[in-house]
Amino acid sequence: MSTRAPWLAGLAALAALPWLSPSAYFLHIVILILIWGFIYTAWSLMGKFGLVSLGHGAFLGTGAYTAGLLWNFAGLTPWLGIPIGVALAVLIAVVIGYPCFRLKVVGHYFALVTLALAEVARLSIVAARDITGGSLGMTPNGVPTSSWIAIQFADKRYFYFLALGLWLFGLWVWRRVDTSMASAALEAISEDEGAAAAIGIHVTRQKLTVTIISAAMTALGGALYGQFVMYLNPDTLAGVGVSLQIVFAAIAGGMYSMLGPTVGAVLTIVLGEALRVWFGTTWIGAANTIYGILLVIFIIYMPRGIVGLVASRLPARLLPARRPAL
Amino acid sequence: MDIYLVEALLNGLLLGGVLALLALGLNLIFGVIDVVWIAYAELVMCGMYVVYWLLALAALIAILSVAVLGLLVHQLIIAPILGSPAINQLLATGGLLFFLQSFATLLFGTDFRNIGLRLPILEFADMNVSFARLIAFGVAVLGAGALYGFLSKSFLGTAIRAIGQDREIVGLMGVDQRRIYLVTSAIGGALAGLAACLLVLQYDVHPFIGLSFGPITFMICVLGGLGNMLGGFVAAFIMSEIISVGGFYFSQEIGEVLAFVVFIALIFVRPQGIFGRS
Amino acid sequence: MLEIDNLSAAYGSFQALFGINLRVDAGETVGVIGPNGAGKTTLMRVISGLLPGRAGKLAFEGRALTGVPAYRVVARGIAHVPENRRLFPKLTVEENLRIGAYMPQARKHFGERLAWVYELFPRLAERRTQLAGTMSGGEQQMCAIARALMSKPKLLLLDEPSAGLAPLVVQQVFDLVRKIRSEGFTVLIVEQNVQQLLELVDRAYLLEVGRIKLSGMAAELKANAFVRQAYLGL
Repeated sequence: MSTRAPWLAGLAALAALPWLSPSAYFLHIVILILIWGFIYTAWSLMGKFGLVSLGHGAFLGTGAYTAGLLWNFAGLTPWLGIPIGVALAVLIAVVIGYPCFRLKVVGHYFALVTLALAEVARLSIVAARDITGGSLGMTPNGVPTSSWIAIQFADKRYFYFLALGLWLFGLWVWRRVDTSMASAALEAISEDEGAAAAIGIHVTRQKLTVTIISAAMTALGGALYGQFVMYLNPDTLAGVGVSLQIVFAAIAGGMYSMLGPTVGAVLTIVLGEALRVWFGTTWIGAANTIYGILLVIFIIYMPRGIVGLVASRLPARLLPARRPAL
Repeated sequence: MDIYLVEALLNGLLLGGVLALLALGLNLIFGVIDVVWIAYAELVMCGMYVVYWLLALAALIAILSVAVLGLLVHQLIIAPILGSPAINQLLATGGLLFFLQSFATLLFGTDFRNIGLRLPILEFADMNVSFARLIAFGVAVLGAGALYGFLSKSFLGTAIRAIGQDREIVGLMGVDQRRIYLVTSAIGGALAGLAACLLVLQYDVHPFIGLSFGPITFMICVLGGLGNMLGGFVAAFIMSEIISVGGFYFSQEIGEVLAFVVFIALIFVRPQGIFGRS
Repeated sequence: MLEIDNLSAAYGSFQALFGINLRVDAGETVGVIGPNGAGKTTLMRVISGLLPGRAGKLAFEGRALTGVPAYRVVARGIAHVPENRRLFPKLTVEENLRIGAYMPQARKHFGERLAWVYELFPRLAERRTQLAGTMSGGEQQMCAIARALMSKPKLLLLDEPSAGLAPLVVQQVFDLVRKIRSEGFTVLIVEQNVQQLLELVDRAYLLEVGRIKLSGMAAELKANAFVRQAYLGL
């Protein structure tokens, strides 16, 4: 049996999903899963090589706010606004990443520098409240009906295919990075940076490359998320909170496998929605309480995530490439 | 000099006291156990709720209960993963951060609550200084002094300082490592509890209050050199002045942005912290 | 006082000690000699509880020591001066000594023991507020021994006290050990400086690749042809 068959079947099912979807709400959840799955995949590109960034909120916010502000104040279509946002995020990634990697800021220190970056992004958005609406958030100017120029659609199916395309693109990038020479180099770096440099690996360049890819994808995801929910808020799109949310979902799903981050998105979004529906609004916080406990348990007992755990139970022939243990 | 700038400088100094206390607690835990408690400010948040709900005996109970919380954090979360990569430990306490925030939301909702105790504003030389901040500063400095005395004069304190320098060999002197970790976690918790008592005089309590001073506390610790308590103490005042004076010239958020930017820049210049030895 | 029967130990899958038999009686000074990597340090670490023994019997004053963690072994009266001294470099000399008296029964006598140690090593009294890491090698060795003495041990384990020191200082360190011996302490000492050691100890064991190859009175070993040829260069 070809190993491609299940993939093709899955893809066909995904393509048909909007017509099989029982409700608009269901489709809404699936779209959220695809967008966040893409963002978590972007994060895990760095995370799996030991570059634990607590600052991806900065990239998310840069993408979403740049596109939103350019649309609202300059009337610039998101088709141009989003690439500008992505470019800005890449610029930020380079400005922060280059000195970090050059000066060997690693581990705790790297995590804390990126954490500071997330806060700088959040606070800057709040401080620019005259145009961003501060912590109250902002809404992109709506168009009367659906518009390709504004990337606003009344019909969620458009967003579904955009999100699906984005998500598949994310998996493709993940695959490309995973099978590239750079992957081996980065793995060597995460094991022992000094030794990697000694055998001729250009540590700074390798780390910077993967950081740029990750930042660009995250900004792209953030921008599409903004287009989809039509509401931008500094707490949900920048800052420490969302940065940690990204980290946890990716780890819970399993950052060492291609589908792990997506599984993390399914898990966290479905769990969040289920608990929200289950407990209703009288029990706000219940969902995240359980979520927090699960995260702690995950990190203590299964640091390789759900997919990692499942994979380690499967016979070896089903596994294309085993990652080293965390 | 502009009298309002002096006022801002003074307020920065007073804010620095509480931040210094938090930085001390976090640095103590890092220096001794080699773990970063990313949820440290959330322990403070818990303490603030304790003060809010139990005003009468509040201070003592808050300090004790957060100390117990610190103990539990170590025993339940850190101890099982002491040998894991540093980043996993950091992330596990990150999960705790999520949990504490959400659990507080579950229990108390997202309302902002204040203890309704409004302390007067002092005026002298045309400057306004909050009495609450003055108290907070005084108590924080006293607390830091007491910790310093304990660490430098007592047997237990000396062992706490020694363990970070040679984890294995302290055992040869009869020091039980696990016990030191627990004591350290409890002290770290107690400091968070004390900071909570001081902060609740000035700020409303809500489940996400930790996010407003947690990150800055980490920056302070790193600036002072992770684990370097004296460095953290000094860095707290530097950062609080940047925030306060930046806030005076621009806005509160810009002041904080400046503090973070200074932090990032300094990390590149002196990764070991401004007072760290390379 | 210390009885070791058929003891084995390993680091992971690497076995370092095979069936060691060794005895130290009260009041004795016993030496262990042997080349680098023979397992001398491992032996010391097993006795003080830093490394668990794999098999065999280890008893001190008739009570089993097997499986007792290091921090409890001290309380039983065994103080270990580790290889390379391992002082707390950022603590002062006096703070290092204070940790040496960490155990409850030692804390009570901290003042008097400190005075006694300072009398034994006047140099340390001069340096009491200096950071331990900034002292010379010989002074650090002195401080490491003093730190161990603060618990008033019944048995003192010395691991390579002369390693890495200048010849003149080595002489001083051996004089120091002699002094401690004359204070009535029981000492088990590991050394590479065989000549000096055999002048100092009552009995000695020769350890090679994890096994005891020879043992006997110091005078016997000094006269042994193999020892003379391989270790004394005679």
